[in-house]
This record gives sequence, C-alpha cells and structure tokens, in this order.
Amino acid sequence: MKAKALVLPLALVAFAEFGARAAGPSDSIAPPSEVLAAFLEAVRDGSLVTATRDTLISAFGGLILGASLGLIFGLALGSLRTLDRLLELALELLRPIPSVAVIPIALVALGFGYRLEIAIVAVACFWPLLILSRAAVRGIEPRLIEVSRALRLSPLQEAIKIIAPAALPRIFLAFRLAAGISLVVAVTVEIAVNPQGLGYEAMVASQALRPALMLANIMWIGIVGYALNAALIVAQARLFGEAGRAEAGR
Amino acid sequence: MSALAWRGAGLVVVVALIALWGEIAALKLVSPVFLPTPARVWMALEHGFLHGSLGAKLAGTVSHMLGGWLAASIVGVALGALIGTSKTARDYIAPTLEFLRPLPASAIIPVAIAIFGLTPQMALGVIAFGSIWPALLAAIHGFAAIEPRLLEVERVLGLARWQGMVKIALPSATPDILAGLRLGLTVSLILAVVCEMIAGLDGLGQWVLLAARAYKSADIFAGVALLGGIGVVANGTLSALESRILRWRSTDLA
Repeated sequence: MKAKALVLPLALVAFAEFGARAAGPSDSIAPPSEVLAAFLEAVRDGSLVTATRDTLISAFGGLILGASLGLIFGLALGSLRTLDRLLELALELLRPIPSVAVIPIALVALGFGYRLEIAIVAVACFWPLLILSRAAVRGIEPRLIEVSRALRLSPLQEAIKIIAPAALPRIFLAFRLAAGISLVVAVTVEIAVNPQGLGYEAMVASQALRPALMLANIMWIGIVGYALNAALIVAQARLFGEAGRAEAGR
Repeated sequence: MSALAWRGAGLVVVVALIALWGEIAALKLVSPVFLPTPARVWMALEHGFLHGSLGAKLAGTVSHMLGGWLAASIVGVALGALIGTSKTARDYIAPTLEFLRPLPASAIIPVAIAIFGLTPQMALGVIAFGSIWPALLAAIHGFAAIEPRLLEVERVLGLARWQGMVKIALPSATPDILAGLRLGLTVSLILAVVCEMIAGLDGLGQWVLLAARAYKSADIFAGVALLGGIGVVANGTLSALESRILRWRSTDLA
C-alpha cells in the first residue's frame, strides 16, 4: 500500500524533470531540481522565512478572530432556539457572499497590510465555526441534559460538566476545518491584492519569469498547509482521545 | 409558531437590520466613504443596471463560474468513476490526490498566468482546476463505496461493465457526486471573482475592485450584494435539483 502510493508522485517528478529538461528553458515551468535549488536559495536569503511569517500571522490572526466570533454566535444560536429562528433568514442571505468579495470593502476601510488580510480570513473562518458549533450544542444527547437536571446542576455547572465535554470534540473539528480555510484564504488574498506573504512571492516570481522560484513558493504553501492539518489531527486525537478520533474521520 | 410565521419574523429581523444599517450610515457613525446608506446602494444598483455595465458584469461572472464549474464537473465525475471503480487505480492514485487536496486552489493562479498570461483561458483553467477537486474526490468515494450486494446483482444480471456503471454504480454514487458538485460551485464562484480581480476580466470581481480604487462604496456594496445573490441562487438551484434527483431515496436509507 505504502509503496503503491509513492509510485505516482515519483513518476510525476521524474517526468517533470526529464520533460522540462527536454523542452529547454521556459518562462512558465521548471524541472524539480531547479525548483529545489530555488527553494534552498529563498530559505538562505531569508525571503521565504519572512513571507511564511507574514502569511501565518495573517492566517492565525484571522483564524482566532473569526473563529472566536463564530463560536460565540454558534453557541448562542445553538442554545437559544428563538434567537436562532429569528436570525436564520439574515444568516442565509449573508452566508453565500464569497469571502473574497469582501476584499474591496476591507481594502477601502483598512488599506493594504495585515489588517486587510486578517479581516478577510476572519470572515471566512466565522461561518464554519458558527454552523458546526451551533450543530454541536444542538446535537447533545438529551439524556445528558436530563442527567444534569436529575443531579440539580446549576446552569454554570451544566455548561462546564455536561455541555462543554459533549460539544468540544465537534467544535475542535470545526476549528481544524477553519484552520485549513484560514491558510487558503490568506494565500488567496495575497495573490489577489495584498502585497505580502507567500502568495505574493509566488505572484512576483511568476511575473518576473522565474518559474523555479514560483513553483518553490507554491510547493512550500502546500507543505505548510499539509503540516498544519497533520498537526491539528494529532492534537485532536491527543486532546479528545476516542471521541477526537471518531470525529477525525468525518 | 408555524414555520411560515418564523419565516415572517425572520424577514422582519432582516428589514430591521437593514434599517439599523441605514441609521448608522445616515448618522455617519461610520464614515460614508466606507459605509454607504442602503438607499445609495439601491441607487447604485439601479444606475448600474440601467446606465452602466452592471448587467454585463453579472453575466460575465456567472458565465466564468458556470463554464469552469461545468468543465470541472464533467471531467471530475468521469475521472472519479474510472478511479473509484478500480481498486488498482485507487491504490495508486488516491493517496496523491489526498495529498494535493489541501493545496489552496488559488495557488495555481501564478502558474496559470505564467502559462496563459492574463487571458480568459487562464481564468477558465484556474476555475476548472480549483473546482474539480470536490467533484473528483466525491465521485471517487461514491463509486468506491457501492453496496457489495448491488455489485452481486450486477454480476447476476450479467451486465457489461459500462452498463453496470450507468445502471448500478452511477445512481448509487449520485448523492456523493451532488454534494461534491455543490461544494465545487462555491469554489468556482470564489475563483471567478479572484481571477476577474487579477486579470481585469469583465465581471463583478473587476467591478468591485475598480469601485474600491475609486472609493465608490455604494458601487462596492452593490457588487457584493449581487455576488451574494449569485451564491443564493446557485445554491438554491442545486438544492432543488438534488431533492428532485434523489426523490427515490427513502429516508431510512439516508
């Protein structure tokens, strides 16, 4: 199984190497060996490190802001049925607006830089947390609530001892999804308008006709995303044990 | 209260929120440069459609989105069927696809620009490439997860491979495929907007960005409202299609 999984990527890399070499110098593609050289060069001169830092600051800043707001709204809507029904239509009308469509509004209000990117990422991360944490609260086994009634727990005790442990695994799953989205959106904003970070580096390399550097940046974006997701899956299993593993498969 | 009454109450809340927005904008609690009044946005919409090119921009975005999405859906489902029905293909290809999936679809934009330049072909390629993933992965999963008894039925009836695919595998995989297509449509709208912003293609993405450069906040909000409208209509259409196509599914199977 493991060996079979490696066949295709290795074949693709080999094909790219020989294909690109046979095609001669190009403005749009580069053989993997040159991509690796460009990657090492970008690490050495520090440009890749700076760009990674900028992208991650924006992604995490937006993630924390958007996810916390989404969580607060989701918990409120999940536990207060009336509020949920009243706001349902308004949220249904707002949710389909693509996060990138908010770029011009944020651009006028905030200008270029971290704040623009953080705002857009926050908008994108708000929705999954809102929807999944609302579902998590609503999906709590009713018998658990009955147990809490029978034990005469105060609302605070009920929230800490019953609701939080029952809902947290699903909320963490939502957070993991949002973390993936945060990186994707941060890179997208950088490619579209914001002159900083990994997405912008890739665009500049593309326009400077340096395909090796461009592909090195894109490859690195992929690796960062993969590592982030893998780390969060491990954290999920650690924090929530069996419950986390069960949710991880979803 | 009945569902309809709640709907009405929801509508009242929407109207109240818009009124609140109007009040905030009219009192200039937020600078009008950033926040236009609802009335100004409505005027911008009216003026844009009657005297400007807003209709053409709307059509442009919809056609970019649908063109890329259709291409991605057809190729994605066909490839997914081929990969999903073959255990060998799955073993070799699926891990690579899973590895590539978390890569941001927009990261392909610099590559596409290097190959195609700032052209409509670039946009089509990017949108199709980005929205193929949900369709492809859902189709692979759908075709791979066919109930074994259905495959036995296929064998007993002595169906040819393509007959089995069309009559047994495709209906069984349809719910997964439809879910993938829906996700793909969302992705295609996002990528259409981004491509229009970068390449200056005729569409709402270009409209809102130009409005931002000219600090015409009413025009920005008009464009954003239309983009939201596209999202609502696209999602609603696919949901309606989904419940129609999946009518045969009884609820206990779901």
